[in-house]
Parts: sequence; C-alpha cells; structure tokens
Amino acid sequence: CARAPMYDFQEELVIRPLHSGDIYASFQFRTVWDADFMGDQKVSHYRLFPKSLGQVITKFSVRELHISFTQGYWRTMQWGQPYLPSPPGAELWVWFQDTVTDVDGTWKELTNVLSGIFCASLNFIDSTNTVQPSASFKPLGIGNVTDHSFLRYATLPREIVCTENLTPWKKLLPCGSKAGLSVLLKSEKLFHSTFHSQAVHVRPVCQDPQCRTTSMELRQTLNVVFDLHTSGQGKREWSLFKMFSRTLTEACPLASSSKVYVDVTDNPQVRPFELSPATPLLTQAVVLGDRRTYSVYDLTQQASFGSSRSLNMLLRWKAADGEMLRPLLHSERYVAGYGLQAGEIHTLIYNHHPYRAFPVLLLSAVPWYLRLYIHTLTVSSKGKDNRPSYIHYQPSKDRERPHLLEMLLQLPPNSVTEVTVEFERALLKWTEYTPDPNHGFYVGSSVISALVPSVVAMDTNSTLDRPLFSSFFPCKEEASYFMRVYTEPLLVNLPTPDFSMPYNVICLTCTVVAVGYGSLYNLLTRTFQVDEPSPGLAKRIANVIRRFRGVPLL
Amino acid sequence: MGLLSDPNRRRALIGMLTRLNAPICMICYMAGVAWFMGLAFEPFTLRTYMSENAMGSTMVEERFPAGERALATGREFAAHKKKTGGMPVDWLVRTMQARGLEVYTQRFSRKLPFPDEDKERYMVKGTNVYGILRAPRAPRTEALVLSAPCSPGNENNQAVGILLGLAQYFRSQIYWAKDIIFLVNEHDLIGMQAWLEGYHHTNTTGMDWSPLQGRGGSIQAALSLELSSDVVTSLDLVLEGLNGQLPNLDLANLFYAFCQKIGVLCTTQGKLPRNDWDTTSGYSHAVQTMMLMVLKQASSRPWGDHGLFLRYHIEAASIKGVNSFRPYKTDATTVGRLLEGMYRKLNNLLERLHQSYFFYLMPSLTRFVSIGYYMPAFGLLALILLLRALDLWVQLSSPPTRTTEDGVEVVPASPGVLSILTPLVISHLTGVALYTLPVLSQELAVEHFPVSETEAVVLTAIAIYTAGLALPHNTHRLLAGEGTEQGWKVLKLVAVLYLAVLLGCTALINFSLGFILALTLVPLAAFITPHVPKTLSAVVMVILSPGLTLLFAVFFFQELQETPVTLQEGWMLYLSVISQGILDHALYGSLLYPLAALLVYPCWLLFWNILFWK
Repeated sequence: CARAPMYDFQEELVIRPLHSGDIYASFQFRTVWDADFMGDQKVSHYRLFPKSLGQVITKFSVRELHISFTQGYWRTMQWGQPYLPSPPGAELWVWFQDTVTDVDGTWKELTNVLSGIFCASLNFIDSTNTVQPSASFKPLGIGNVTDHSFLRYATLPREIVCTENLTPWKKLLPCGSKAGLSVLLKSEKLFHSTFHSQAVHVRPVCQDPQCRTTSMELRQTLNVVFDLHTSGQGKREWSLFKMFSRTLTEACPLASSSKVYVDVTDNPQVRPFELSPATPLLTQAVVLGDRRTYSVYDLTQQASFGSSRSLNMLLRWKAADGEMLRPLLHSERYVAGYGLQAGEIHTLIYNHHPYRAFPVLLLSAVPWYLRLYIHTLTVSSKGKDNRPSYIHYQPSKDRERPHLLEMLLQLPPNSVTEVTVEFERALLKWTEYTPDPNHGFYVGSSVISALVPSVVAMDTNSTLDRPLFSSFFPCKEEASYFMRVYTEPLLVNLPTPDFSMPYNVICLTCTVVAVGYGSLYNLLTRTFQVDEPSPGLAKRIANVIRRFRGVPLL
Repeated sequence: MGLLSDPNRRRALIGMLTRLNAPICMICYMAGVAWFMGLAFEPFTLRTYMSENAMGSTMVEERFPAGERALATGREFAAHKKKTGGMPVDWLVRTMQARGLEVYTQRFSRKLPFPDEDKERYMVKGTNVYGILRAPRAPRTEALVLSAPCSPGNENNQAVGILLGLAQYFRSQIYWAKDIIFLVNEHDLIGMQAWLEGYHHTNTTGMDWSPLQGRGGSIQAALSLELSSDVVTSLDLVLEGLNGQLPNLDLANLFYAFCQKIGVLCTTQGKLPRNDWDTTSGYSHAVQTMMLMVLKQASSRPWGDHGLFLRYHIEAASIKGVNSFRPYKTDATTVGRLLEGMYRKLNNLLERLHQSYFFYLMPSLTRFVSIGYYMPAFGLLALILLLRALDLWVQLSSPPTRTTEDGVEVVPASPGVLSILTPLVISHLTGVALYTLPVLSQELAVEHFPVSETEAVVLTAIAIYTAGLALPHNTHRLLAGEGTEQGWKVLKLVAVLYLAVLLGCTALINFSLGFILALTLVPLAAFITPHVPKTLSAVVMVILSPGLTLLFAVFFFQELQETPVTLQEGWMLYLSVISQGILDHALYGSLLYPLAALLVYPCWLLFWNILFWK
C-alpha cells in the first residue's frame, strides 16, 4: 500500500536595503512534494502542488524547469548581487528526462502550454531562438545528467512583464493571494518599481539525507526593487506598508514556516539601522560569499504581530554615498560601430578581485540575422591575448537556428576581459520584419556563469568573532560560490526598407519594366532593313486615277 | 524608344538637339535657377506636419518648476569653472551623483594637425562628464541624450544649469522608458567626437580617449542645448550636421510644436517665420532663410554639437537661446518645460524617428521643401552637361572630313589615349598635392617664411591651387605634340561626363553643395573650347573656379547674416574658413576638403586644360 505523499510548504521574504538607497524585497515560496514524477505510477492527487504545473511536468517528462519573467535590468554596480539572477524579458530552460525521444517536438509543445499557463508569449520560442548549451546550464537538482541533448534554453528579451503574468503566477501558490506573505503581492505597487522579476523553478531534490527517494520541489520567487528616490523624496526610510500598501497579519495556514528576514548586517561606520518593531531573533548566513546578519520575524508566532495584530516593519538608515560598488564580477555588453552593414559586439567582463583569478563560462546566443564572423573573435585581458580553454561554437543557419558561442575564460585578478566579435547585418525578407522594424531587433543577454571566490574567504585578518583554531586556513567557509551574471540585451538596427514604399516601388518597377526593358528589348532584337519608302497619299491617289485611265503607274 | 529605333526620327531628334544645343542649355540653366528660387515661394512649399504617430497625438504635460534653481546651479557651475580654469569635473560628478544619476567621466586628448587660431587650441586635453538616468524597469537598450557644452569664458553656464535642473526633475519621475544621458562635453565638438567615438567604440579620426564605463544602449535621439543668458527672447533650432546631414524633419516639427504650445518664439537660421509671403520683403525673407540653410549645409561642417551624432544614425539638433532686444522674454523655467515636453515625447517613441523626411530645405520653420521638389532644380543643371556630352559625342562620331589639296579625303586620326590620360593624371596629381602638402609641409614653410603654422597651411594650399593654373603649358611640354581638334573634344567629353557624375553623386548626398558647385561649374563646362577668346575666358574661368566660389560664398553668407564685412575682413575670414575646412576634415571627418581637392579641383583643371589646348 502506497503511503500518502507528504507535502511541505514554506514561505519567506527577505528585505535588503541596498547600497544605493533602494530597497530589495525577495519572496520565495517553496513547495516540496514527495511524489515521484519520474516513476511510471500516475500522479493524480494534488494538494498543495499546483495541478496545472504538475500535469505539464508529467506529460512532457520534464526533469527540471526554470522559467523567469523580468522587467528591468539588475544594476550590479549599485545593488550588488541579486539572490536569483535573471535576464530582462523571459527566460526558459528545461532539462527533459532521458526517456524523451523527440526533444525538439516536446520542447515546442511545452513552450506553447507554458505560454498559456503564464499568459506570456513563450509560444514565440522556436528553433531560431533555442539553443543547447553544452556547459553553462547544469541541472540544479539531483541527478547526474551530462547529455546536454536533453537541455533546451531560450530567452525572449523583448517580452514585457506585467499584471497578466503576475496573476497566473500567484494562482500557483497554495494560499493564492489570500493569506500569508502573498497578500503583499499587489500589482499596483509591484509594478511601480525599478526592477521586477518573477520566476518558477521546478527540480527534483532529495527526500531524506540518504537520498533514497526524490521529491519534487517547486520554488516560486519574486524579486522587486523599489526606488526610494522617486517615491520617498530622498528619505532613507521605508515600511512594509509604504512598499506594498499592505501589512502582514498572519502566516499562510498551510505553511510549515513563514518568515520575514531583514538584512541588518551591521556596519556601524556607514549605516546605523533603526528597525521597529525590534525582534530578538537574529541569524547569520553566508549569502553570495558574504556573511550577513538578518533579523527574523516568524509569522507563525503570534508574538511577531504585537498588540496591533499586524506587522509593519519600519526601517530608517543614514544616507549612503552615491558611489558605485565594485562587485567582484560584473559585465557590460554593447554594439560598436556605425552604419547598417557591419558591427561589433563587445562583451566586457570585470574581475575586481585583488589577487584571485577565477574561471567563467560565457554563453551567448545570437540570432541568425546577425552573421557573426567567428574568425574575428578576440579575447583579451590587460592588453594581452587571453586564450579560452574551451570553446563551443555552433554556427547559425538562416531562419533555422541561432549562433551559440560558449567559452571558458580565465579572468586574471583585477582585470577587464574584453570579448569582441564582428558581425554583418542580414537583409531580411520583407515579411520577416517585426511590426515596428525601426525599433530594432533584440539580441538576448549573454550569460556568465562563474565560481567566484568568496568575500568571507578573502577577509584574511578578520579574527574577531572566530576562534583561532578555525581561522588558520583562509578558506574556511565556502571558498567560492556559484554566480550567474546576465549582460544587457542588445538592440540592433537592421537595414530596413521604407514600408510605405512598396506601392511606389511596384509602380516604378512596372514602369521601368514596361517602358525601359520593353523598348530596349525591342531595340536589341529588331532587325533593321532599308525599306522602300511607302508612296505618299497624293501619289497613291494619282496611281488610282492612272490605273483607271490605263496609263503606267508612277 | 520607337523614336530611337526609327533612324529617320532619331536623326531628326539628334539633329535638333545638336542644332539647338546652346539655346536649350541656356533655357535649362535659367529654368534650374528659377526653379530653385521658386522653392522659397510659399505657395510652392509644404507646411510642416508631424508624421510620427507616437508623437503626434499623445499629450504630455510639462511641469518643470525649477528654472530659478537651475540658474543658481548654473552660476555655481560658472564659479567652479572659473576656479578650476576649465571643466570642474569633481564638482560636476558630485552634483550629478547628488541628483541620483550614475556618473562617469571620459578623458580625451587630441593634437590638432596645426594650431586652430580661431579657437586658440593645438594640444587639446579634456574630460567629458556624463550621468545616466536609468529608466525604471527598462533593460538598458535605448537612450536619449541631452548635452550642454562646457565653454570657455562665460558662455553656456545657463545651459549646464538647466541640464542639471532637468536631471534632478527627471530623476523623480516614474514614466521614463528610455535611459537619459546628461552629457557635459568639454572643448565643444572635439569632446563630443571623443564621447561619441567612445560610446560606439570606433576611431575614425585618430583621437585618444579613455573607454566609457557606462552606456545606455542604442541612442534614439539627442538634443544639444546652448544658452548663455538667464532669459531668452527666442530659441533657434540648428539642424545642419556633418557633411550636410540633417536630422529627421520630425525633430524640427517636435521643436516647433512645443514652441507653439508653450508660447516661445522660435527661429531657424535666426529668422522668424513670417506670414506675408505675397510681399516682396516676405519672399526675400524666405529666400534669405533658405539660402542660409543651403550655405550652411554646403559647408559640410557641423553647426552645433549635435552635428556629429548624425553619423551614428542618431537624430539630433541643437537648440540655441537667443537674447536680443525684443521686449518679450522667456525665462529658464519655460525653456526647461519645453525640453521636458520634447523629452517626454521622444520617450514615447517606439521606433526611432524615421517617418518624416531626411532630405529637405527649410525656407522657414513652418515650411519645408522635400527632396522631390528641389531635385529638379539640380536636374535641370545636370541636364546641360548631358546635352553637351551628347553634342560632343555626335560631333566625334561623325567627324568633319577635310579635303586635302590632292582631293583625297583625310579622316583625322583619333587622338591617342596618352593625350587624354596625361592631363587627367596630372590634374589629379595636383589635386593630391593640394590635399596632402599643406599639412605636411607646414614646418618647412614656417622655417622659411615669417608666418604661423596656420597661415603656412592656408597659404600653401592657395599657392598650390594657383600653381595648378600653370599646368596646361607643362602638359604640352610633356606631350611634345600639337593638341588636335579631336583631342580636346574627347577630353572635354570625358571632363563633362566626369563632372556630371561628380555633381550628381554630390547632390544626392548633399544637395546644397552639389547645387552650388553646379551653379558655377556647369556654365563653365558648357562653353569652354579652345576657340573662345583666351584672356576673357580665362578670367571668367578663374572667377567661376571652386576657390573663388568659396570666397563669394563667404561674402554672401556674411551679407545674409546681416553682418557685412569689408574686403580686408572678408579675406581674413576666407583664410580662416579654409583652415577650418582642413581642420574639420582632420578632426571630424568632414568630406568637403578631400572632395574639393581630390575631385572638384582636378575636374576644373581639365576644363582649364581645354581652354589652353592649342
């Protein structure tokens, strides 16, 4: 007899005041279901896990699914690293199970179904913007899959994210937007922000420490950055109500854990915090290679809500200077050159680590209508040639598949690595232009995946709160951490015909063909002969009269 | 075509064309000039209208309140500029950061080929400061630029003040969909050139610049603001850019629409639009405005900081504040509101400006002449060249036979290739000398003559130009043969077709330049033969030569600007215009100097050769 599948639901909100004075709020909702989708037994009874998604995963034999919708670009220089990076627009990557025979067909169907579920234009994903990365996207769940023929990756940089994408995303939550943290997700505030990103990640995870069986994990994340400059008149002060125009009153009853974390990493020289209501719970965690301190509010405890029965945190801190951060890894991409014939894509990758070199994987998928000249690919750091240790290049096919370029680069310490490649702009067929062709055509973000040396490990003389026995070897905690950085998408102008012209062109062409070609053809093919001049009218009349009279004709 | 395939009628047609060649050419020339003058007549022109839907119907509100504060910032900027004796980089960086922008700087340096005496600079070193206002929820793919120059002396402080004031105001708005780049450039066009080259990572002119750290994607439009007084009476729109390029007409329409809405006097070429087109003075006003535009466009130089954007397919214009003696004044708040309105509309654009015309002339800010209307004027002039070529062709294909004393008909031998090729090659070599030697030989000239480098360059150019006039005699010495009748005809045929192609191509790219050159070169090309009176024709030819055309244009331009100059001043101006032309080529890649030296002047020399054929 099968034991009833176990469910677990957790919700969490992390709030981080950013260096630039903005506020970063990151929601995570995690549903774990001890059901084996990969087995052959049919799963039909859904409780907390959304059925619409579960059915899709079963039907298309999906092992892992990652989908994100992002409006805006994460400003690494001002905000530091995000907890979950995502490129502007929509991004979808899926690992299929190795039982799938027709991966491309399944992928096509899956994108169409997801398009319906998330109310997004994912149906525009086709072979011209799908790639199979060979190294950049490894499965995040358990399972040792190496055959990347079961992986598909696509981005839609032009996708605009708005309320209609948020509503279906909220419907996947067990409590909907009725209770718990999700009451804060009101679109009128969420879209009055500088950055908005929502994502769904499905992956298999271990059920127990021995990892004998697997569970399915669904993580729904939503990241939003609020700009205090436009709304707060420059005051560094915010509250839950100010951000979301709601306060918290209860946890989601279905959740086993419901917590709000506020990043209060103490740096007394720069930013004294004032957080109210204060909470006795503090926790430390190493996030993205940095040890941070968080105040924790446990919503399952009645005490968190206090006497007013609602939780509305208020935080004040001193103004930070407007100088930009120097994140260890960040990147920049742009199109160089002018004119509508050729151009050059420059990708700059910065390593700001003072003494440590580290490797990064660079993936760029470029649409076919930018014809990359791969022989012009140059990689240089500090003015010297930097030979990539691994290159995977798949040339494009017109109207079929994009260019895929993956490289493993070693970034020298404290350097800028510049990757350039020249391209030529293709002339499209006139029906292939988008409805607003003079806007330009998008090239999706490049993806930089890296193992970045940890800041904690970098901090060699911090022996303050650590026992001596633990601090001899510098790399005590995670020596390096995995990070993904997305570059800006590019907007490239292609040679565009004047679409009001077809009528004129048709008229002109017809005229040229009729008059010009016709008579030229006539001139060239006609044979010229000396002709007896035909007699004039008077002469002919005279001849008629002469014939009557019987005299010889003229 | 039936006409041509019938030998009789073809003969008749050609006969008529050759017989009436001279009168037809005269008529064409007069018709061409008349057509051109007619372009300024209001009933023949079109009223400007907004073609771009995204900007036409949408309404925006202008609420910029802080003109006074902006002027105060401008005064602060002026004080810091005075203190540092140049660009107050640190102050600008701090001020922009305080306004919530991402601020970056760019250093650049440039050694001019020879000292620029007008602007007193030779080794130029400077820094551009720019701040990017990041649009919320936008992926850094599109940007707009607002720039103001950091000029020496007391100029343009108010422009920088308004720029910073707008930056502060724009930062607190939520509706931006495109990043906005606020740029303060040093050393006007050189700084702008450095910034644009840095932004697009190109290097066309050999300038040294440090790479840019921040970008905002592809720039959709740009405005450059020049303002030197706290209040203005009118705003002048400058459109002419490098190599005669113009921004899309919709940008001019946008400016005009907002001037109307806000109630600011607006001008182009410093001339207000007038309504009395049916009076002589009204018509001559329109002609003056159009001629100013034609002359500016023909000069191929950027007439404002916006001029360099056009190379990168960025629609750009300069807005200059004019403070004259009119009683009605506009304050800085209104100017700020005007710019705010324009940027909000540009922000609404989905596609870059492309709906309206790129080739046009403006007889006033409300009227325009599109390429379809002005091209026939040039076409009529170019037709003369084709008619002359046809005439020569017919003459050459049916050579007049001569009967010698013996009664034997002698067909004159067709001229050797050498006799045609030699003048061609020699005049082009002169052109190459004119192009390269002035800058190369400046040191030599300075050593031997008591002149400055700039004078040396200009005077060398004039000397080579004049020396070219002695060529025909030398050519003949080289040829060691008598020029035949057939010879000059073939040479003239080549020269006339050469001129036709040259002018045709020029007019397609830069109508004004093509038309002005055609106006002087076409009559000369039409009438020159070795048989016309030598001295008189030589004088006429020199008067119609490209060099003197430039001199006349300088005087004419001053006259149109209502700042007439004496002969002496005019000559000094002429010299400085030549040096500026050479500098424009070296610094920004203006093509007028190479075009004149390498193509137009040699072409003119060919005709000079024909005159002295015998």
